[in-house]
This record gives sequence, structure tokens and C-alpha cells, in this order.
Amino acid sequence: MNTTTARVPLSDREIEALGAELDAMRAEVMGSLGERDRRYILRLIGLQRALALSSRVAMLAAVALHPWWGHALAGWRPFLAVLGIGAIGLGLAKILENMEIGHNVLHAQWDWMHDPTIRSDAWEWDSACPADQWRHSHNVVHHTWTNVLGKDRDVGYGMLRVTREQRWHPFYLVQPLSTVAMALFFEWFIAFHDVELNHVLDGRKTWADARPLLARIGWKARRQVMKDYVLWPALAGPFFPWVLAANAVANVIRNVWSFAIIFCGHFPSGVHHFAKSEVAGETRARWYVRQIMGSCNIEGGRLFHVLSGNLSHQIEHHLFPDMPSNRYPEIAPRVRALAARYALPYNSARLGRQLGSTMAAILRLSLPGPTPAARELQPA
Amino acid sequence: MGSDVLATGGPAPRIGRLGRLADGFAWPLSTSHYLELLNPLWARHAAKARVEAVRDETRDARTLTLRPGRSWRPHRAGQHVRIGVPVDGAREVRTYSISSEPERWQRDGCIEITVKAVAGGRVSPRLVRDTEPGSFVDLGAPEGDFVLPDRPAPLLFVTAGSGITPIRAMLRSLAARGALSDVAHLHYAPHRRDVIFAREIGWLAEEHAGYRLHVVHTREPGAARAVAPHFAPAALTEVCANWREREVYACGPASLLAAVEAVWGARDALGRLHVERFHAVRATPPADAAGGRVVFARSGIAIEADGSTPLLQVAEKAGLRPAHGCRMGICHSCTATLEAGCVRDVRNNRIVADRGAAVQVCVAAAAGDVEIDL
Repeated sequence: MNTTTARVPLSDREIEALGAELDAMRAEVMGSLGERDRRYILRLIGLQRALALSSRVAMLAAVALHPWWGHALAGWRPFLAVLGIGAIGLGLAKILENMEIGHNVLHAQWDWMHDPTIRSDAWEWDSACPADQWRHSHNVVHHTWTNVLGKDRDVGYGMLRVTREQRWHPFYLVQPLSTVAMALFFEWFIAFHDVELNHVLDGRKTWADARPLLARIGWKARRQVMKDYVLWPALAGPFFPWVLAANAVANVIRNVWSFAIIFCGHFPSGVHHFAKSEVAGETRARWYVRQIMGSCNIEGGRLFHVLSGNLSHQIEHHLFPDMPSNRYPEIAPRVRALAARYALPYNSARLGRQLGSTMAAILRLSLPGPTPAARELQPA
Repeated sequence: MGSDVLATGGPAPRIGRLGRLADGFAWPLSTSHYLELLNPLWARHAAKARVEAVRDETRDARTLTLRPGRSWRPHRAGQHVRIGVPVDGAREVRTYSISSEPERWQRDGCIEITVKAVAGGRVSPRLVRDTEPGSFVDLGAPEGDFVLPDRPAPLLFVTAGSGITPIRAMLRSLAARGALSDVAHLHYAPHRRDVIFAREIGWLAEEHAGYRLHVVHTREPGAARAVAPHFAPAALTEVCANWREREVYACGPASLLAAVEAVWGARDALGRLHVERFHAVRATPPADAAGGRVVFARSGIAIEADGSTPLLQVAEKAGLRPAHGCRMGICHSCTATLEAGCVRDVRNNRIVADRGAAVQVCVAAAAGDVEIDL
């Protein structure tokens, strides 16, 4: 007996019909890609680079307003204001580069353009995580095995208990603190995501396997640290601690924002998890059903969607990972209507609610509680 | 970088220590990525050219005047270059002969390519109709060994249609150097109005006694009855007596080149024959495209496949272990280059026929005989 049918009241034929509808939707959208999509990503990349450069220049310009200089415009307020604008601008630029641009380019969403640089196998993103390791742990593992316990590493990232189906262990008592650490330093947790250090520490993986991955993380991390904490601050001469701090703030802004958006993708209340046995022999249509049931959307305006890398359309992204992200808002109403017609959950709410229920779950699940039996999988 | 990136001009630009340090500020990008925002021609990581002007030559041929970026190195007359342009958002790459002489680039930093619209083509009709001055194209490095001999020698050009484009560069280069002394040129075109550069080569023939031009209009009623309307040795004697002793440069449709090669081959003179061929980029999908012989280029293994088994499985059955990920077409980990033939995407039945295209082998099945880089 297929346990999925216990909570998905659809016959095999209905599921296959749903699959055919989604296949047709994908073919329609992918067939319509053209010049306007290309202009979207090119304009976005141009805007992001201009924002990054002008923010860094603003930080250096702030140095000229430091009260030490003593001229008419110098003073703590103008200095900190311009420095703060630079830090926030750089944080926004990093958010755009990592989420709407980097994550999506690495998903091969723009490979159809045959551009020499905007392609998944050539793009390196502004993050300590090597792009090739991200493409493995995210594109291959997370998107194939979404929300399957024991296969999808994103269920807790090897550190957190985010669903009752994960067996409790005293280690989880500290997870409120480790969650805060993850939020502040998210870039570094992502960097070590693919190397699976917890597997190395408990013997499931050898150091020999991990070493080349660690070497590559070192290669990336060195240059990221040089850029943000050595080279640009050095341009400020004796005022380098200010630029260093502003760059650190920019990185933290990006870390906390991306942490919040990503945690709202699969952790809010109502999301479904799956056992390995349930997905054996899964057809494409059933894979679609699992993507809908295992993902959550965040509601918001157009700017919010762009700043979230369109991961606010997590459901649409999981149905069609390699569809250009600017198309997700266009198909979202159709996907929502389709889910309603097939009586499938469409988990979508504003950021406050999704993040709130996620944080509440992390607090609650840090304590021991009843773990449902394998066959009675209930929503979190 | 990706596999189909256009080669930037010449050897890799040498970036000094200062340049590498500057790149560290932009990492993982380079300073070039930021300079590109101001002027694409300043980019070092990409090879772009600005369209300075367009000029219609005939009703279906247009000359584009291009200003290459900083990575350009001078070409030799007769060489060709790869151009990348977006067509409906996706970049297509085509090769065109450079129709201007290198001396022109020395003078004003520009080169010219002349594009003839191919009926049913995806790129050339757009280039001929829609290119606007001020737009940018990707421009590869000059390629090819269809170039003039190093020492002056009597020359014979045999051309048809758009095959005149590399020859125009050669003629202008010779004229600029004052070396247009003993050149014979036999050119075929359907009608008088189809001769690209008609006025220019006519003027060159008038001004230079050493340049003898004979144009055959193959479809003009009553014209050129004395000479065979299609290429034959008799046509050559019209334009020069000693054609057997000249260095010959031939460029045009496959039928002309085959005829020329036959004539020179029969006289065992292929060593003096230089040929420039224009290749088609897209294979025509066979009518009953369902399976065929699959050749794995890297390993040399060949195996028969049906029209519905994805090439990933075909490769695994043949004993190969290609890289793969999700095995369902979403993660793009299994992409390989299509070397020849056509494949069909089993998800939507779309045929991919472009040589050099990237195909996801977990969802692509053979549509006829296929050669794939695995």
C-alpha cells in the first residue's frame, strides 16, 4: 500500500493528470522564453553591480566625513549616516547577488540563453560556498529528495530538529542558540553544507573524502575574506576598522535576510515531510505532489519577491527549479488554482506568520516530545 | 568558462600583478565586469564589438561595420570570425568572413562583415533586417588559413554569391598595399542586382589594370552565352590564360567548390588551390527521427538506440558512467555537447539539432544518428 494516498486523497489517475497539467504549464512557459527575460536578468545584474560598487565607494567617501578631519562637513552624524548607507547598500547588493541572481543562475535557469558568463557551470557567487558544491547539495540532493527524512540534508541542516519525525537528542537543546548563530553567520554554514562535517565526525564519511571539498572551501573563503576584510578596508588607511565593520554589517544583513527567507521555505507549520519508503518508485507526477506539499510560499509585493530571490514562490520554484525566476509570480495564481482543484495544500502566508511558526517550532522541538510512528506521518 | 565561449583575441591577455590585485577587490568577478557596465568594449573577460554602421549591399545582404573591443588583434585578409547575437533571448553563434582589409582596422579601428540572409535561417535574416547601429555583438578572434600568400604571386579568385566576402578583403588589402598587379577574378551570381560589392569591384577593375574581373550572371536571360553559365574550365580561359599556374582561392556554395576541386584535382594541382567552405550549423532532423546509431565521441563507443531511451541510459548500457544528478531533467548535472545529429527532449518532444548545443542526456533520446561528447 502506498502511504502517500493516506493523506493525499487522489487516485493514481488523478495524480498523473495533475502531472500532465504541470508538464504542459512548464512546456508553455519554457517555450515562451525570449528577449524580455534576457533583458530582465541583464538589467538586474547591471543594477546589482552598480549598487555594490557605489556602496563600497560610499563607505570610502564616509571616511572623508570622519570628525577627525575637522572640516565643515565632518562629524559623527554625517560620517555614520554615509557609512551606514554604504553598509546597507552593500548588504542589499549581496542579497540580490546571492538570491535572485546567483541561486537562480546556478539552478541553470538562464542556461537557455547560451551566454558565456551567465550559466550554471561558469558562475561563481559572492559567498564563501563554492558554486560546484552548492550545485551538488542543493540542485541535486535537495531538489530531488525534498523533505525526505534521511535523504534531504536541508531538513535541519544536520544541526537542527525541525520536525517531530526527527528523533530527539539532547544535542537539540541548544538549537535556539545555534539558530541565532546560523542567522548571523549563515554564509559560513552554507559553505560547509556539502562537506557534511557531522558525517565526518561520526564516521559515516572519511577525512580523505572531505579534504578536497575543504580545500575548495578554503580557496573561496580566503578570497572572500581578503576582499571584504583586508583589501577594501586597506583603502581607508588608518580608518580601516570602520570599513571592516561596515562590510561585516553588510554580510550579516545578507546572512540574516537569506536565513529568514530560506527557513520559511520548508519549515513553517503545515508543511509535510516524507519517509524514504513513501517515495520509492515515485513517478514524475508524484514528485510534483511532494514538491507542492513540502514547500511554503511567502506573500508580499513585487520588491519583496525580487529581494527574496523569488524564493517567496518556493512552491513554484520546487515544481520548476530551472524556470527563470521572473516567471514564478506569473504562474503562481495558476499553480494555486491547480492545487485547489486537486485538493492539495498550498501553504502561503506573510513573512511574519511563516517565520513566526518556524521559530516557534524550533523552540518547541528543542525539547523532547512524542515522535509519531513512521506510518502515521502528520504535518509538522 | 563554458564550452562554447568565443575565444578572446590572441593569447590570453597578460594581467600583471597590479591587475590581479585589482581583481581581488571585485572577486569572484574581475574589474572587467565593472568596466563593462560603462563600456562593453573595455571588457577583458568578454569579447564584444559595437555595431558602428550598417549598409545594405543587395536586397538580402548587409554589411555591418563593427568596432572590436580591447581584446581584438589584427586579422589577415580572407580570415573569418565568429559572431554571437541574441535571437529571442538566446545567443546564437555564426561564422562570417571579414570583408574588410586589416589596413582599414589600422586606420580607424573597425572591421566589416557582410551577411547574406539564408532562407529559413534563424540568425542571418535577423542580422540583415534588424541590426541597429549602437548595439553590441559577441566577436570571436579571427580564424582561418584562407589567407593571401606571403610573397606576391599571380592570383586567381573563383567565387559565387556570398563567397565574394573574403575575396573583397583580399582585393582591398592588395590595393591598399599597391600590390594589385596580377589578379584574375571569376564571379558567379544569379542576376546583376545580386552581385555583392558590384560597384566596388567594378571600380577596382577600372582603376587597376592588373585586376581582371569577369562576372557571370547565371540566370540573366541571354547573358554570358559565350561562356558556360556554371563553372567549367572554359570559363577560366575567359579571365586568364595561365590559370593553371596561379594560386587559386575559391569560395562559394558547395557545388561550385566541388566543381573547382574536380578541375584542379584532375590536373594534380590541388596544392595551389585554397578553398573556403561555409558550413551549415543545424542538421536537418530525419523524417522518421526515432532512434539510430549513437556515437560517444570521447570514448569512441558506438551503440544502437531506440527513439525513447534517454542517452544517459544508452551510455550506461554501453558501459560508460557519465556524470548525472537527479536523472529527471531538473538539476542540469548531466549536460553534454551535441557533436552531430539530432536529439529529442522526451519531456516535450522538442528536437535539438544545433551542432555544439548542450543537451541534458537524462531527458534526451536519439532522433536519427547522433554523436555526443561523452
